Amino acid sequence: MAANRIRSMFPAAPRKGETFELRNGLNSQFAHERKDAIRNTIAAMTLGKDVSVLFPDIIKNMATGDLDQKKLVYLYLMNYAKTHPELCILAVNTFLQDAEDPNPLIRALAIRTMGCIRVDKIVDYLEEPLRKTLKDESPYVRKTAAICVAKFFAVNTAKCLENGFLESLQEMIGDSNPMVVANSVTALAEIQNMAPETKALVVTSATLKKLLMALNECTEWGRITILSTLADYRTTDVKESEHICERVVPQFQHVNPAVVIAAVKAVFLHMRNIGPELSKTYLKKMAPPLVTLVSSAPEVQYVALRNINLLLQKQPDILNKELRVFFCKYDDPPYVKIEKLDIMIRIGNERNIDQLLMELKEYALDVDMDFVRRAVRAIGQVAVKIESASERCINVLLDLLNTKVNYVVQEAVVVIKDIFRKYQGYEGIIPTLCGCIDELDEPNARGSLIWIVGEYAEKITNADEILGTFIEGFKEEATQVQLQLLTATVKLFLKKPDTNQTVIQNMLKTATSESDNPDIRDRAYIYWRLLSAGPDIARRIVLSDKPAITTTIHSLPPNLLDELITEISTLASVYHKPPETFVGGGRFGADTVQRRAIEEFQQIAKENPVAVGTGKPANDENLLDIDFSDSPAPSSSPAPAASSASADLFGVLESNPSPSPPPPANTGSSNMDDLFSILGSTTTSPPPQQPSALNTSGGGLVSGLEGLQLGGLSSTPAPQTPVQPKDRKQQNEDILGLF
Amino acid sequence: MASALFFLDLKGKTLLARNYRGDIPMSAVEKFPVLLLDAEEESSAVPPCFTHEGVNYLYIRHNNLYLLALTKTNSNATEILLFLHRLVEVLTEYFKELEEESIRDNFVVIYELLDEMMDFGYPQTTEVKILQEYITQESHKIQARPPIAVTNAVSWRSEGIRYRKNEVFLDVIESLNLLVNSNGTVLRSEILGAVKMKCYLSGMPELRLGLNDKVMFESTGRTSRGKSIEMEDVKFHQCVRLSRFENDRTISFIPPDGEFELMSYRLNTQVKPLIWVEADVQSHSGSRIEFMLKAKAQFKRRSTANNVEIIVPVPDDASSPRFRTNIGSVQYVPEKAAIVWKIKQFAGGKEFLMRADLALPSVKEAEPDRKKRPIQVKFEIPYFTTSGIQVRYLKIIEPKLQYPSLPWVRYITQSGDITIRLPEAS
Repeated sequence: MAANRIRSMFPAAPRKGETFELRNGLNSQFAHERKDAIRNTIAAMTLGKDVSVLFPDIIKNMATGDLDQKKLVYLYLMNYAKTHPELCILAVNTFLQDAEDPNPLIRALAIRTMGCIRVDKIVDYLEEPLRKTLKDESPYVRKTAAICVAKFFAVNTAKCLENGFLESLQEMIGDSNPMVVANSVTALAEIQNMAPETKALVVTSATLKKLLMALNECTEWGRITILSTLADYRTTDVKESEHICERVVPQFQHVNPAVVIAAVKAVFLHMRNIGPELSKTYLKKMAPPLVTLVSSAPEVQYVALRNINLLLQKQPDILNKELRVFFCKYDDPPYVKIEKLDIMIRIGNERNIDQLLMELKEYALDVDMDFVRRAVRAIGQVAVKIESASERCINVLLDLLNTKVNYVVQEAVVVIKDIFRKYQGYEGIIPTLCGCIDELDEPNARGSLIWIVGEYAEKITNADEILGTFIEGFKEEATQVQLQLLTATVKLFLKKPDTNQTVIQNMLKTATSESDNPDIRDRAYIYWRLLSAGPDIARRIVLSDKPAITTTIHSLPPNLLDELITEISTLASVYHKPPETFVGGGRFGADTVQRRAIEEFQQIAKENPVAVGTGKPANDENLLDIDFSDSPAPSSSPAPAASSASADLFGVLESNPSPSPPPPANTGSSNMDDLFSILGSTTTSPPPQQPSALNTSGGGLVSGLEGLQLGGLSSTPAPQTPVQPKDRKQQNEDILGLF
Repeated sequence: MASALFFLDLKGKTLLARNYRGDIPMSAVEKFPVLLLDAEEESSAVPPCFTHEGVNYLYIRHNNLYLLALTKTNSNATEILLFLHRLVEVLTEYFKELEEESIRDNFVVIYELLDEMMDFGYPQTTEVKILQEYITQESHKIQARPPIAVTNAVSWRSEGIRYRKNEVFLDVIESLNLLVNSNGTVLRSEILGAVKMKCYLSGMPELRLGLNDKVMFESTGRTSRGKSIEMEDVKFHQCVRLSRFENDRTISFIPPDGEFELMSYRLNTQVKPLIWVEADVQSHSGSRIEFMLKAKAQFKRRSTANNVEIIVPVPDDASSPRFRTNIGSVQYVPEKAAIVWKIKQFAGGKEFLMRADLALPSVKEAEPDRKKRPIQVKFEIPYFTTSGIQVRYLKIIEPKLQYPSLPWVRYITQSGDITIRLPEAS
């Protein structure tokens, strides 16, 4: 309890005197003294002091004509009823009287408070007054009673159903007063959520009519409820959907951003049913209100931006002309800037690219390190996205390399590597990159540079020197860098076999005999065997053409995206996570989180056939989503989920005998045992290494794949698309043969 | 839907709280400052909502306070954050200033308001004018009743309002947002307009406002005399009948009493900067920095900009400033690390110059401040709108009372967020 906490913060001795004085005041014969005492009691309660001992004295003051005083007493009751359930019974009489008071304010107050006192004894007495107030002549009382039904349901479901309160609420959707309608819908929606089997809120064509009527008249908050209900309403009737859209669209003009987002959601979901022409006009109408959301308060803006991000993933064209709107203001909070940045690269196209680049360059010279890195990354993402702009992007990146700002340079090297993975013909800048070697101290950046050196070893005269310096410090490097170094050295040898014999021998020797990381050793052994099988075979495998990457912009898997679209404006849409991952804590979590992790992994595998070499930052988040700034992940889940995903992936690779699409997730888990028994050496690797290998999605696992190709190739001649499950399977088995 | 609301000080200590649903341990709030701190260490971008152990934290900051809402379900985040902002507005209206002090002093009223504004975590009445009718800081001499307006379809206006003289004041206020690059290109320009009303009318008047709205002219086939404007997006006060606007672009409404913002609109048209500022920065061998500014008023001669302020950021450690200008006054404001050039009246078409010279310390900071703050420009131009929006008519009909009434209209253009990126020192 808050009380205990604050008491411990003020370790002063309990002031018996004060409680004593309050009690005296509460029992005073003068009304004004009693009132003051009540005030002081509430003041003490607000400060976090435990004044529950005064319960009986307070209750004595409940029956009063003074509305203020009554409110305070009620407040006190709400706070302490849980700790003194037996005393609550004393309050019942007054409650019942107040529920019949001629003043609607008091009737509503009584019913509202009774509902908040979650004590069985009180609830028993609630039925009668609730029934009456639901039919009260004052709409103010009715709207309060409507919410009270939801409270009642939460405490005592059976009684609530028995009394037919749900039916009463359903009738009240047709109430003459719009606020009563709104609250009835709210209460029903809550009950429906809590217990879907009650079918509390089932929209029919009749209720639909009532809801649409109420929409134009009720308060802003009521509109949000109604719009959300309309959005959740699934119909296949084209006419009905058209009608809903038509009636909802005017709400785009509402001043309340939550109403606007709720309206966008309803239209967006019902648009799926209507003809393409009509939905096009609606999409067009949606753009201006979405843009206006960007000028609301920063917190609201943030939610809006996260949602716009989702909408753009579903409908990439809706804000095509609005790039400028998302330019960052210098005083935008960092969390807003980052979201704007992400939206900017999604909107970026050939027409606005120059503007976009100029802006991104500006951001890359900012001071906030996190933001700067993202801006640099964004330049790389744009380069990969828009082919015609790649050269301009490269030029900007080169400018940035010249700033010599450490983290800018590192990030630039990483994204240039991504650009190399897509386009040919930029080898000319390699010397510039190599000039930055001393700046690089992060594994990701070092790995990227090493990959580049290995990949273009034939064009870099001093490639052996460069790699040589790295090899000297091999043991100090991170796993990710070591793996890269190994591969790059092999490439170097295959490209220039005459001069690099000693280099490769040293490398392989060090990796096999001095490394205690099984991943490194295994990889080195595989290369060793491969090389001893003959340089031609090795060349065909290691130096084979790799498919170009298509995008480095992070996108959600389609089914998750569809789910999140139905959650627009909710926390799920802000976190970009399905509700079950953060609602209900651990009990829900595990299974679903795991399922998502697998789905996401399959998605990554699909998007990036062979993620070459180094880690790909954009996808790190997919796997181990523990990046707080992106979206807080449930603390319990990430590690086990990820590792089981990896296990499943292995299982998938192993168990898929025909070239079928990725198998359903559940088959994966059954293969885990096989996996463990088969790939014994890999899975026994020290636990911390497994996630880290995963984390560098390209680096660990998929470069593992690169390794896996080897085995397959000794029997199958050079497959160009090593992603196909068929190939993988063979590769796997062949590798097993190796052991 | 919020389970509980908290007012916290910046250390995270609870000043006042209201538990609406009792489904979250109130002690969850103790984690808030810790979580916030952890998140700040992780990244500079701490979002306004996050989740921890099944509890979702949504918060805004106001003055030296956090307003925090907790929920354990997948609630509507926009609604909750917006409600927190609305709560700030309402309380500010009640206490002038919302801060630690005013919360302590007014806890009784705050509890009452919290009870009235939200029930079981669902926002109820948030209209401050209506709330003020039945929740007051003085004791209720007469038994208060819920104003009919609370639940009425017209929830923003009470019945039985009487004025001897029936008047309406309309202010059309446009603020100009502008982002200019250091080379002088306008990166982004936007007009945010608002029509504000002061409404002193008796009874339940029906109002209709006519603007030179291009879409309306086109849809009704009328040709306008003079210019018409195309509004990108329009937002209305909840009193405006949205479906009517959607149908035939008529703005019809029963206004709240007193002051309110009837509508706001946005135009994305390219506007040239009304006050154009060119800056040239020269650093002299690192010991002195010199700014040369040219400001030009790019609007018609008959208009005048008032209270022009041009705020130029200077290095944190600059000192001994010297200024020269042919108009207004220049001041060095060290606490903002800026020089402010103030010009009371700036006539259209005129051009002025200012030169500032500041000394820099010989010992440099290890990590130079690379934070690129832009130049900001502030001004106000009366009797003038950038967009050319015009009020064509305001019809006022009160069917029962049928009084004569007087509408007054005023136009004004203001600087909104005008930022000009400062060029690198040469």
